[in-house]
Amino acid sequence: MSYARRDRWIAFAMLLPSIILIAIFVYGFIGWTTLVSLSQWDGVKPNYAWAGLDTYMQLFSREGGVSAKRFNIDLWNTFFFTLFFLLLCVGLGLLLAVFLDQKIKGEGIFRTIYLFPMSLSFVVTGVVWQWIFAPGTPTRLRGVNALFDLAGLDALKWKWYTSTDSIGPFHLALIPVIIAAAWQLTGYTMAMYLAGLRGIPEELREAARVDGATEVGIYRHIILPMLQPITLSALIVLGHISLKIFDLVYTMTGKGSGFVTDVPGIFMFETTFQGNHYSMGAAISIIMLLMVAVVIVPYLIYSLRREVEL
Amino acid sequence: MTTRALDAQLAVQRKAARAFKIDPLRLGIYLLLVLFAILFLVPVYVLISSSLKSFTEVQDLSRMWSPPSGLYLESFKAAWSGLSEKGLRGLRGNLLNSVYLTVPATLLSSMLGSLNGYVLSKWRFRGANLIFPLMLFGMFIPYQSTLIPLTQTLSAIGLGGTLWGLILVHVIYGIPITTLIFRNYYAEVPTDLVEAAQIDGAGILGIYWRVLFPLSLPGFVVVIIWQFTNIWNEFLFAVSILQKPELQPITVALRNLAGSQIKEWNMVMAGTVISALPTLLIYIILGRFFIRGLLAGSVKG
Repeated sequence: MSYARRDRWIAFAMLLPSIILIAIFVYGFIGWTTLVSLSQWDGVKPNYAWAGLDTYMQLFSREGGVSAKRFNIDLWNTFFFTLFFLLLCVGLGLLLAVFLDQKIKGEGIFRTIYLFPMSLSFVVTGVVWQWIFAPGTPTRLRGVNALFDLAGLDALKWKWYTSTDSIGPFHLALIPVIIAAAWQLTGYTMAMYLAGLRGIPEELREAARVDGATEVGIYRHIILPMLQPITLSALIVLGHISLKIFDLVYTMTGKGSGFVTDVPGIFMFETTFQGNHYSMGAAISIIMLLMVAVVIVPYLIYSLRREVEL
Repeated sequence: MTTRALDAQLAVQRKAARAFKIDPLRLGIYLLLVLFAILFLVPVYVLISSSLKSFTEVQDLSRMWSPPSGLYLESFKAAWSGLSEKGLRGLRGNLLNSVYLTVPATLLSSMLGSLNGYVLSKWRFRGANLIFPLMLFGMFIPYQSTLIPLTQTLSAIGLGGTLWGLILVHVIYGIPITTLIFRNYYAEVPTDLVEAAQIDGAGILGIYWRVLFPLSLPGFVVVIIWQFTNIWNEFLFAVSILQKPELQPITVALRNLAGSQIKEWNMVMAGTVISALPTLLIYIILGRFFIRGLLAGSVKG
């Protein structure tokens, strides 16, 4: 079996370039960024003098300067953005999938319409929804406000993403951004649920019908529980997108006045590449990484372990 | 009329009545589906109608939502070639940059993914169970956590601020997803085929070339569409690595155009249409494969 043995080595050698590249560009660079976040690098020129956790303390300090205030708002914004974005995508995606599963005429057309935003860039989405939710002024109304004015729905006129109103730590200016993000990604959950629904054998529904179950009952007690693993996957994939969101918000609203629509991705980009505060940018990105890792690492372990068992 | 004939006639009538009776639940479902379809298409309407208006027409706020008064194509011309009198750059060069960036990066990362997927599905060596998830983790990380070393490294190896640098970046960070899709794809190929070729004396490369590669076309279509869409649409790497406006891909140029002080909305919308069209067309024509890539991204294929 010397041939097989040689082939095993070739197999490893074929994979080696990718292993090395990932080792450097993912793990090496994360380590390097961590080092920057622990350094005093604040300016164009690299400075790796040790600062310990100073930058992190600065971001989380209670009496805090501008950075701490901004980062505190960013974390809350990320929390509420993620929460409502996930609720919308999962709720609406499931609803549309269940509807489309009812032997609908023109299903293909509906599916195409709900899913096409997935093929666009966040920049495109940001530009269009910026136009739609631009409030204008009371005398020169723009976007949806102009539409509501025409329809006589004065109560719905609002300052949208320029609003500085908030309910507790939830900045209402985030609502238009959440809608834009959900517009782009609801099709994803719909496609996942639809694939799941199509995978459920018809005999199972038949059997339930024979036993006297109603259509609604079949969904509640048989089909929805079977879709739970899909919900988990969707929450993880969409959740990690939302935790690191940047392009959409950066294009659509930017950080907003008083950071009402700011997110860590924007803070990191601006403070690093426009402000040259490298250690701070690095610290923000490491915190973002930790937030994503908390969600992704258990998921990867879980889904790959399940695969091995199968 | 015999009772049997009467029965039969009644049955036919009942059937016809049932066919015509509108089930309110189904009607409600159709109405909601249509309503959501209209809502989903609002941005498309905004894009198309605004891009076909002149600057004076697009400035008229009372007619913001009205369809264009005619087919005014000057906005597309302006978005394509720029408005030098207003200091606005056209997107033509940036669209080409996107092509120069996306095509090689897509092809290279697909090839790499195919080879990796082959090894990981058919030649599992010791440690592969550890290497694969470690690789996969790379597609979920916020790329912000690699940006500072990345820009430093690219400058150090002479690729800072160049399209080649960005191509390299997309090839590397594309490894996890392309490997994943191909690994799941090749897992479906019966191992008997591989063993039969092995008995015939084929080595690892021969088996790939003679057995797996000829079966790979659907896999390549999925991966190429997925990578093309992602790389074409990508923004963060591009904006961090490429500072020169004439080198930037179209996403970055579009965001700069949309962020300029005096907004020529008709021109911005025309530019948006231009930058969205390539991936949108691919989606409309090859949607089936697009969805497969989409579903593969959730780890379990």
